[in-house]
Amino acid sequence: MEHSTCFHCGLDASSSRIVYDNKSFCCNGCKTVYDIFSANNLTCYYDLQQAPGATPKEVEGKYNFLENEKIVERLLEFNDENIQIITLYIPHIHCSSCIWILENLNKLQASVGSSIVNFGKKTVRISYNPNKLSLKELVKLLSSIGYEPFISLDDYSVGKKNIDRSLIYKLGVSGFAFGNIMFLSFPEYFQVSGFWIEKYAPLFRWLMFSFSLPVIFYCAQDYFISAYKGLKSKILNIDVPIALGASVLFLRSTFEIIFNIGTGFFDSLSGLIFFLLLGKFFQQKTYNFLSFERDYKSYFPIGITKISSEGQETSIQVYDIKKGDRLLIRNEELIPVDCILIKGKARIDYSFVTGESDPVSKQSGDKLFAGGKQLEGSIEVDVLKTVEQSYLTQLWSNDVFNTNKEDRFTSITNAISKQFTIIILSIAFIATAYWMYVDSSKALNVFTAVLIIACPCAIALAAPFTFGNLLRIFGKLKFYAKNASVIEQLATINTIIFDKTGTITANKETTIEYNGIHLSNEEERLLKSTLRNSNHPLSRSLYALLKENDIIALEDYQEHIGSGIEAKHKQHTIKVGSAPFVGLQAENVSLNTAVHISSNNTYKGKFTFYNSYRKGLSKLFNQLKKNYDLVILSGDNAGEKENLTKLLPAKTKLFFNQKPEDKLEYIKHHQSSGAKVLMIGDGLNDAGALAQSDVGIAISENVNVFSPACDVILDASKFNQLYAFIKASKSAVKIIKWSFVLSFIYNSIGLYFAITGQLAPVIAAILMPLSSISIVVFTTVTTNILGKKLK
Amino acid sequence: MSVIYILLAISIVVAIGFFVAFVFAVRSGQYDDSYTPSVRMLFDDELIKEKPKESILTKKD
Repeated sequence: MEHSTCFHCGLDASSSRIVYDNKSFCCNGCKTVYDIFSANNLTCYYDLQQAPGATPKEVEGKYNFLENEKIVERLLEFNDENIQIITLYIPHIHCSSCIWILENLNKLQASVGSSIVNFGKKTVRISYNPNKLSLKELVKLLSSIGYEPFISLDDYSVGKKNIDRSLIYKLGVSGFAFGNIMFLSFPEYFQVSGFWIEKYAPLFRWLMFSFSLPVIFYCAQDYFISAYKGLKSKILNIDVPIALGASVLFLRSTFEIIFNIGTGFFDSLSGLIFFLLLGKFFQQKTYNFLSFERDYKSYFPIGITKISSEGQETSIQVYDIKKGDRLLIRNEELIPVDCILIKGKARIDYSFVTGESDPVSKQSGDKLFAGGKQLEGSIEVDVLKTVEQSYLTQLWSNDVFNTNKEDRFTSITNAISKQFTIIILSIAFIATAYWMYVDSSKALNVFTAVLIIACPCAIALAAPFTFGNLLRIFGKLKFYAKNASVIEQLATINTIIFDKTGTITANKETTIEYNGIHLSNEEERLLKSTLRNSNHPLSRSLYALLKENDIIALEDYQEHIGSGIEAKHKQHTIKVGSAPFVGLQAENVSLNTAVHISSNNTYKGKFTFYNSYRKGLSKLFNQLKKNYDLVILSGDNAGEKENLTKLLPAKTKLFFNQKPEDKLEYIKHHQSSGAKVLMIGDGLNDAGALAQSDVGIAISENVNVFSPACDVILDASKFNQLYAFIKASKSAVKIIKWSFVLSFIYNSIGLYFAITGQLAPVIAAILMPLSSISIVVFTTVTTNILGKKLK
Repeated sequence: MSVIYILLAISIVVAIGFFVAFVFAVRSGQYDDSYTPSVRMLFDDELIKEKPKESILTKKD
């Protein structure tokens, strides 16, 4: 059969045989979406981008919590009788077609007033008429066209967010003042003497003064605050000399114009602040669509179905769950609290919480932990603990989640600024002492001139521009760092700790190996036909592995929950499942997941499931082993130990059965003995370790879906490039050191003018921007060369 | 009165005018999303194209 892809979502559609309107579709869901769009004249959707859609998922009952008015109230941005506005996060937004279809939502549903997409943040802001369309219907509509919004507990607690635009304002104000002051300084730059300049100079100077007021009191306030905080905790950070320089500039200039001595340095002052803010702005590049601060709240649902004692189902919000409540957990829903299973078959996927790779089956009466995902049908549970007291969520009460990582670390700029400030102050005092002796009238002039010219604008700019530009380059290579200081920290690490499941193993892939007696064709066919009937994940992956065989009709098929399946065809019987189920006793217990087979009650053999490791894993470890201590901390059992020791360098330390707190403590312990730890993990169980480590990298197969709080989100496909990223960050630190050398040269030139008492405003006005701009050019060019090498 | 005062006043008023415009632009959220508008402006053509399509369909009906 010819190979074809789904017209809607681009997946393989050759086996589905769904053809509609001369177009092939992979499933009925995609066909339905196409149907909706073509009926509403919205097929433009497919012109803008090839196969832009997503397959709509079954959402029946999933959004029942949106009937609860208290929940809805918290989610809405604006709520009126006739209009409601909501901003929804839709992970699928990825192309121009998405923008187009979402902004034309009112063609599908007339009650939608307007919808505006923010592509960077992957959100859509929808206003609609609540009398004709409820929020639940709106969400269902979006889901039905493949744009299912993601609503989590996070949306509930945050409420209305205020966007901080102060940096843009400050940048605008300082740029405005800088331009105007430069303009007003022009007559005096050219030293036109005579009647005209004498008459109007005071006017121009006072105008400059008034323009500089907002610069010093509004734009520069962060530097003063930071310098004050630094001094208070006895740290000479880079903001101390900046604040000192800025205030001396302002005071001396004001003094000069009051006593009509000179023009002052208002142009240099506003230029300095403008360039510094520009550096800050450049460094502030953030990835809007990624969140680095997520905790369990963004993973947990906002509402859950409660069953009252009369058997009625009501939606309540998760914080309202009380001990003893009876809850209904549907297929694919997350268990929000610790509870006891009462009714139904539970197959829980704990991979996110514990790092265990396989879903576990539970019987009624078993305890279920919060964070697991139910995989099969609905279950009923009795609540044991509230959300905040559950086993998983308690991890977040650990102190590491409340400390700021940046505070634990002295940046290269602050390290140098300590010596720099001391040297500058001593030069200033020595020069002043000299002039006191020679010509005391010039002493104050020299003292202030030294502080002005030494204002470390270039030093302060080197790090933001180098790291900021590298951040951007890394981002293009799918290494998304939270901020610039992360790259700096990455250069200092000496220990690398890996999680196993999902980090060094690929999440959904396993390799399966058969050992035992060879299966005849007949048996293999029967096995395949039997597996076909089972929905168990292991059966599905085994089914996919077996060769294409004719499917035979089974005479008898039985599924025994938690143990296995058996089937009968003609005279043959087959049993597939756990060791005791197929009649194998006292097996030497293997920790790996295995499926055993017996045919006609004789044991045949077993299929063992091994983790499949990411490509380039051993190469990466061999690159890293020279310079770093390597450790693997796994939440899983030791089943893979043998495989790993074969695969990885001998000195790699392996630890298994590590609880989330164990990982955190392990890192803390090593940090106290001087290790700089890079932690690489993927799940909620690594959250504590990621927060404790110096740099925490979360590996993600799809960067749009959940990843725990971390410093870096790394796309799984780039995992084997890790060493290159670390090397690049080390080179970046070298670049910064060279920029420091460059700025010291400028400073020495400036100091010559300052110490000899000939610092004219025009020299300061030339020297300061020149040094800043050359540093910006130098760092940008060198980091771009660095980035080219990375590819 | 010298003309310089008038010129200065005009230049400052013009400068402040632009500054106020900038503040309003930031406040209205123009700088919050710098990507989507660039895509959105290209859509208008598509929408006009769609209208004749619609009329053909209604004729057929």
